[in-house]
Amino acid sequence: MRWLGRSLLSVVPVVVGVVLCVFFLLRIVPGDPAAMILGDQATEASIEALRQRLGLDLPLGTQLWNWLVGIFTRGDIGTSLVTAQPVFELVWSRAAITAGLVLVSVVFTVVLAVPLALVAASHADGWLDQLVRVVPTIGMAMPAFWVGLLLILVFGVNLHWLPVGGVGTGPGEPLRSLVLPALTVALGMSPPLVRSLREQLLEVLDADFVVTLRAARLPRWRIDAHVLRNAAVPTVSLLGLNVAYLIGGTLVIEKVFAINGMGALLFSSISSRDFPVVQGIALVLALVVVVVSLLTEAVVALLDPRVRTA
Amino acid sequence: MTEVTSVAARRPSARWLRRARRTPTLVAGAAIMLAVVAVAVFSPTPYDPSAQDLGNGLAAPSLAHWFGTDQLGRDILSRVIAATGTDLRIAVLAAVTPFLVGVSIGLVSGYAGGRIDWLVGRVVDTFVAFPFYVLVIVVVFAAGTGERGIFVAYALVGWIGYARVIRAKTRSLCREGWVEAARGGGLSHVRVVGHHLLPNVLAQAVVLAMTEILLIMVAVVTLGYLGLGVQPPTPDWGTMISDGQLFLTTKWWVATLPGLAVVTTGVGLSLLGDGLADVWRLR
Repeated sequence: MRWLGRSLLSVVPVVVGVVLCVFFLLRIVPGDPAAMILGDQATEASIEALRQRLGLDLPLGTQLWNWLVGIFTRGDIGTSLVTAQPVFELVWSRAAITAGLVLVSVVFTVVLAVPLALVAASHADGWLDQLVRVVPTIGMAMPAFWVGLLLILVFGVNLHWLPVGGVGTGPGEPLRSLVLPALTVALGMSPPLVRSLREQLLEVLDADFVVTLRAARLPRWRIDAHVLRNAAVPTVSLLGLNVAYLIGGTLVIEKVFAINGMGALLFSSISSRDFPVVQGIALVLALVVVVVSLLTEAVVALLDPRVRTA
Repeated sequence: MTEVTSVAARRPSARWLRRARRTPTLVAGAAIMLAVVAVAVFSPTPYDPSAQDLGNGLAAPSLAHWFGTDQLGRDILSRVIAATGTDLRIAVLAAVTPFLVGVSIGLVSGYAGGRIDWLVGRVVDTFVAFPFYVLVIVVVFAAGTGERGIFVAYALVGWIGYARVIRAKTRSLCREGWVEAARGGGLSHVRVVGHHLLPNVLAQAVVLAMTEILLIMVAVVTLGYLGLGVQPPTPDWGTMISDGQLFLTTKWWVATLPGLAVVTTGVGLSLLGDGLADVWRLR
């Protein structure tokens, strides 16, 4: 319990930092958002009018105060310039599909990365290990969206196994539509994960308890069961560390597969220069990352009693 | 004669070179990157990369056009070669500021400890909470698309990797005792950090820089794909892939072949980084 309280407390400065960061990011960067929204043809007067509407003409301190009051008292993160809907509603309406894609991607990543890391670690320095170490080097150099296009070519265009874009309706269809995009995300996530996981598994395999179990002539599968349980801890914490990377990658992949999630919302808001929506998406996603990181820490603590007492 | 060689071998630079030549990853990485840089500098394009030939649009790869032609009949290989200069230059230039800032912050934070270290730690936590692409896209949105936006975005977010790694390394060095000995010997903070700690963390930072340049290059290409990076008509790998996606089902080469350039450059950088880490015994 004390551990939980300490973790929650350590999140407070980060949440404050995230809120401030989103606020300043779009304001200290050179350039006038109002002029940018209206484009090259705008008149001085119309820019001034929009600055007033967005509250950008107020002193920076007042703007910050209004922004903080809005967030912390009403949960108000702004209103879209294009549709006049609250930003939170817009984000919420797209959240399910993106969350689904992220979840399926995590499952694929685990299914892909854990066995590879196990094989590499248990055959350390053998040819299988070398292979598992070389492939990620190539994998890291591949832009994820390009890998997505290759998958579309192979599994969609040539083999006709899976849908290549959009999200289908009907029983099981949405899930089928998510297979290729999730596989793309997982292929991008796996290389760094396999690398770090292999290092950590090597430590587990060298641990005293494994040596003892071997000496006790326990059957191989029972030793493996113990190793796997200990491997779960670094897997979960590595996934937690990479959740921001995972979400960011997912947004780009949505574009490749024409999925109408938060990525699509972000890109369409950027092309319509919908400043409050862009700002709101950045804020919501960063806060989601903070919460998920906290949750993974909690799961790690459940799996590994040592963390709780440390 | 043998006497001379052994003396030479004891010189650090000669020993470094000998070890480097025996590290296959470094040799392969250096060879690939030399070739890529040569392509970027000399830009040996078989055709004018912007010459259109509308009668010969979307032609399949052939002896005349190894990578085929795009929707405007432009030679794809020539455009891939021309884009090498653009994308590599942006990636390398965008890596400079984060390197300098990140290494400095990491050194100071690790050496000073205490409140400064706490503050840096929280700032790093904050930036890490943002999905990388979301942060970059938002900054590019605010600062304007194209090269300028990319440079501003990386100056803001790129220092974090260096700060984390260099901070950890500096802290562990500080515990080794010789730092205290140097301080006790009357050396100033500036001298300890600048003349003694910096040389010890520099190798690590350079290895990390290879990975960072790779990440920036992939990000530049991704931004180009999203229409937020290098703007047409300047050739860029990402924009080329994005244009080609329209014809993916029938003309596969337009979108896929430019990606090979990204992969080749990326593998070169990654091998170079791994090789340097091996030679400097950082693992």
